[in-house]
Amino acid sequence: MQTLFGRLTPQDFVHDPIMAGAGIAMVGALILAIAAVTFFKKWKWLWQNWITSLDPKKIGIMYIIVSIIMLLRGFGDALLLRAQQVVNDANGVEILSSDHFQQIFSAHGSIMIFFVAMGLVFGVFNLILPQQLGSRDVAFPFLNSVSFWLFFAGMIIINMPLVVGEFSNAGWLAYPPLSGLQYNPGTGVDYWIWSLQIAGIGSLLSGINFFVTILKMRAPGMGLMKMPIFAWSALGSTALIMFAFPILTVTLALLSLDRLIDTNFFTTTLGGSAMLYINLIWAWGHPEVYILVLPAFGIFSEVVATFSGKKLFGYTSMVLAIIAITILSFTVWLHHFFTMGAGADVNTFFGIMTMIIAIPTGVKVFNWIFTMYRGRVRFTTPMLWFMGFIVTFTIGGLTGVMMSVPAADFQFHNSLFLVAHFHNMIVGGVLFGVFAAFTYWFPKFTGFMLNERLGKMAFWSWLVGFILAFGPLYILGFMGAIRRMDHYDPSLGWQGLFIVAGVGILFMGLGVLFQLAQVAYSIWKRKEHAVGPDPWNARTLEWATATPPAEYVFATIPTVTTRDAFWQMKKDHKTNDRPEHYEDIWLPKNRSEGFIVGMAALVFGAAVVWHIWWLLIVSLLIVIVVLVVALTRDDTEKRIPAEEIAREELRRATV
Amino acid sequence: MRNSKKRVSWRVAQVVISSLVGLAIVGAFVWATQGRDMPVLNPKGIIADQQQVLILITVGLGVFVVVPVFILLFAIAFRYRVGNTKAKYDPELEGSKVLEAVWWGIPLIIILILAIITAISTHALDPYKKIESSTAPVKVQVVALQWKWLFIYPDQDIATVNYLTIPDNTPIELSITADAPMNSFWVPALAGQVYAMTGMSTKLSFMADAPGEYRGASANISGEGSADMSFMVRSVSKTDFSHWLYKSSYSPNMLSWDTYEKLAQPSRGDGEKTYVVTGKDLYNQIVMKYMDSGSSSQPHTNTQTDHTMNGMDMSGMGM
Repeated sequence: MQTLFGRLTPQDFVHDPIMAGAGIAMVGALILAIAAVTFFKKWKWLWQNWITSLDPKKIGIMYIIVSIIMLLRGFGDALLLRAQQVVNDANGVEILSSDHFQQIFSAHGSIMIFFVAMGLVFGVFNLILPQQLGSRDVAFPFLNSVSFWLFFAGMIIINMPLVVGEFSNAGWLAYPPLSGLQYNPGTGVDYWIWSLQIAGIGSLLSGINFFVTILKMRAPGMGLMKMPIFAWSALGSTALIMFAFPILTVTLALLSLDRLIDTNFFTTTLGGSAMLYINLIWAWGHPEVYILVLPAFGIFSEVVATFSGKKLFGYTSMVLAIIAITILSFTVWLHHFFTMGAGADVNTFFGIMTMIIAIPTGVKVFNWIFTMYRGRVRFTTPMLWFMGFIVTFTIGGLTGVMMSVPAADFQFHNSLFLVAHFHNMIVGGVLFGVFAAFTYWFPKFTGFMLNERLGKMAFWSWLVGFILAFGPLYILGFMGAIRRMDHYDPSLGWQGLFIVAGVGILFMGLGVLFQLAQVAYSIWKRKEHAVGPDPWNARTLEWATATPPAEYVFATIPTVTTRDAFWQMKKDHKTNDRPEHYEDIWLPKNRSEGFIVGMAALVFGAAVVWHIWWLLIVSLLIVIVVLVVALTRDDTEKRIPAEEIAREELRRATV
Repeated sequence: MRNSKKRVSWRVAQVVISSLVGLAIVGAFVWATQGRDMPVLNPKGIIADQQQVLILITVGLGVFVVVPVFILLFAIAFRYRVGNTKAKYDPELEGSKVLEAVWWGIPLIIILILAIITAISTHALDPYKKIESSTAPVKVQVVALQWKWLFIYPDQDIATVNYLTIPDNTPIELSITADAPMNSFWVPALAGQVYAMTGMSTKLSFMADAPGEYRGASANISGEGSADMSFMVRSVSKTDFSHWLYKSSYSPNMLSWDTYEKLAQPSRGDGEKTYVVTGKDLYNQIVMKYMDSGSSSQPHTNTQTDHTMNGMDMSGMGM
C-alpha cells in the first residue's frame, strides 16, 4: 500500500465543514463543466481551439479566465479571514480554528500573487504585447503553451488541499523553521512548494519568451525608443523575471530537500540557517513586486495618453525611470526584515536604497498627471481606474517611505500597517491597472465595449471598499495590532475597526459583482455595444488591426516611423491602405505537448507531495520524453495562403 | 431642455450621494477609532518616543510630494476635461525639460534629507545600542516558546512567563532568543521590534517613562498559538520593583533545566507565572541547544561571542 499510495490515506480526504464545502463546490463545478462540455459536444472545439492552441491571443484569454476564478477564491479567503477577526471568538463562536485561519491567510497570499496577479500580467502580455510590437506571435510559441500549462498545473496543486490533505499554515513565504520538517511535517508546505515551483518555472519560461519577443520581434522601424511604454515596462518586468525567478527556484528546491531528504540548509541545527532562506526568498520577493507593478505602470501610461488624446509626457524620463526601478529593485530586499538585527550600517544602506526607488516612481506619477496637461481628458472607466490608482498609489508610496526608515520600521514591521501598505500597492496598483486594461482592451478582442455605466459603478464600489478595507488596517497598525492573528483581547477595542474593514471587503465584493454583471450584460447586449476597430481613438499599433483580430493579426507587417505608430497612421490617413498583393503567412500549428507536459507536471507535483515515488519517476519521464519529442519535431507551422488572406481582408473591409 | 434639467438633477444627486458616502466613511472611522489607545503614536518609553518623532518627520517630508500630487491630479484633470473647450489642446506636447527636471530634482532633495535622517536615526536607534542613564540597567533574557514568552532576570534569579515587570526610568537590556519557530518581540509603547530566533541572541533596550501597563506581542507567526503570544509589561516604581523581586523570590515554582523543558512544550493560553531560577546559565543553554550538533560548521557560534554573533552570522551570509 505504502509503495502504491505513499503517505496518502483515506483520512486525508476528511475536512472540516468550511473546507469540505469549498472542496465539494470546486469539484462539483468541475464535474458540471465537464458534463456541460460533453452535453454540448464541445470537447473537440475545446481541444482544437483552446487547449492545444499556440495562439497568444487564446493563451492570454485562458490566463485571464484562470486568474479571475482564482481572484474569486482569494476573495472568498479574505472574507473568511475578516469574518473570523470581526467575530473574534466572542461567546465561544469560532468561525475558523487557529490552524485553519493560518492555512487560509497562507493560501490567500500565495494565490493572489502567483495565480491572480501573475496570471493577469501574463494574460495581458500575451494579448497585447505581440500586437503592440507589430508582431504576429511571441518568439517561442510552443514555450508559451508550456508556460501556461505549468501555470495551470501549479494552480490545480495549490487548490488540491481543498479536497485532499491540508494547506500550508506557514504564511505566503513559508519562513523556516516553521515551514521545516520539525514544525510542519504534514503535506501543507509541500503543496505550497510544488505549486510555486511548477508555476514559477512556467513564469520563468514566459519571462524569457516575452523578453526575447520584445527584443527580436518588433516591426521594422520600431527602435527601442519608439516602443510603446507598455512594451518598455514589460521589458523591465521580464528582465526581472529572468533574474529573480531562478532564485525562487533554488530556494524552494533547497527547502524541499530539507523536507524530503533531511538536508539542513534552513534548519535550526547542524549549521542550517533560516536567515539564509529569508534573504533568498526576498531577493526574489522584492523584484517580484516590481514584476507585477511595472506592467501596471505601462498600462496606465497607455490609458492616460489615449484618453487625454495626447502624447505621453516625458517619454524618455519614463524609460529612464523604468530602467532605474528595474535595477534598484534588486538592491532593497533587506527592508523586509530590518528587524533581524543586521546592524545599523546594513540597515542604513538598504533603507536609503529603498527610498531612492521612490524618486523614479514619483517622476512617473508627475509625468502621468502632466500627460493630461493640455489634453482633452475623457473620463471613461479606464481613466477612473487611473485616477483611483494615482490616489491610492501615492498614499501607498508615502506609507512605503515611512517604512523604509529602519528605526521607524521597527514599529511597523509585521503589523497591520504593513498589510495595509502592500495591499495599497498590489490592489491599488496592479489590480486597478489590470481592471483598466480589461476595460480598455476588451473591445479589441470582442468587437464590443463593456457597459460603461456598470463599469463606473464597479469602480466606485471598489474605491469605497478599498478605503474602508485598508484604512482601518493602517490605524490598527498604530494601535499595535499584528498581522495574521486569529483572535485578540476584546478589551483592546479593535473590533470596530475590523468591522469597518469587513464592510470594506463587502463593498469590494459589490464591485466584483458589478464587474461580473458588466461582462454578462455587455455580452447579452453585444449588438448595442458593438464598435469598430478603434473605439477609443487610441495611439498604438495593436489598434491598427481588425477587431476582433484575425488569427494572423497583421495581414502585412507595418513599418514604423514614430512613437504612437497608429496615431501617426491616422494622421497620415494611412489606416485604410491595402497592399497590392498579399503574401503567404506561416503560423504555428496546434501542439498538444504543452498540455501533456503541464498535466505530467501536475502529477509529478502531487506525487512529490504524497511521496509516491513510482508515480514521480513515471511523470518525470513523461515530461522529459514529451519535451524531447516535441522539440525535435520539424513540421510545426501551417501556411495561410495569400488568396485566403486577401479574401478575409476584403470581407472585413466591406462589413 | 428636459434632458439638460435631468442632467442637472443627476449632478445634484451625485454630489449629495458622494458627500453622504464621504461622511459615512469618516463617521465609521471616528466611531471605530475614538478613545482607543495608539501606542505607536502615544509612546511611553524613551526609544518609542524617538521612533514616533521619526515617523512624524517622515510623514511631514512625504507631504511635500503627496499634497502637490493630489492638487495637480485633480486640478489638471478638471481643467482639461473634454467638455472644457476653452482649455488649450496641444496633442503634440511631448514633455518639458524644465518641469521634468523639477520632479526629478525635488524628490531627490527630499530623499537626500531623509537619507541623512535615516543614517543618523538608524545608528542612534540601533536596537543593539545600550541606553545611557545614571541608573544601573536591569538585564532580562527573553525566550520565545510555543506559545508563550519566558523572561529570565539573570542577576536576580527570577523568571516570569507572559509578563515582564520592570522599574521605570531604568534601562532594560534584553537579550532575545527562541526555542520555537521565529518570533518577533514587540512592545509598541516602549520600543520597536526585534526577531527572536533559535540559536541566536538578538538585543533590544528600552526604558519606560512612567509606571503603567504596556502590551507586547509576537509580530511573527510561530504556529497555531501565535496569537496567544501576547504579554504585559508592567512598569513600576523602583521601590515597587524591589518589592516585587522580594515577593517573587518566595515563589514556589522552581525553574531548572528539567522544568524548563516541560515549560517549552507547546501549549496555549498559559497565563502568567513566576519562577525562582535554580538552573544555571539557562539562557545560554537554550541558545546552545541549536549549536552543539553543528559546531564544526559554525565555529563562531558560541556563548562567549554572544553579543557579536548576529553580526558574524550576517557577514557569513555574504552580505
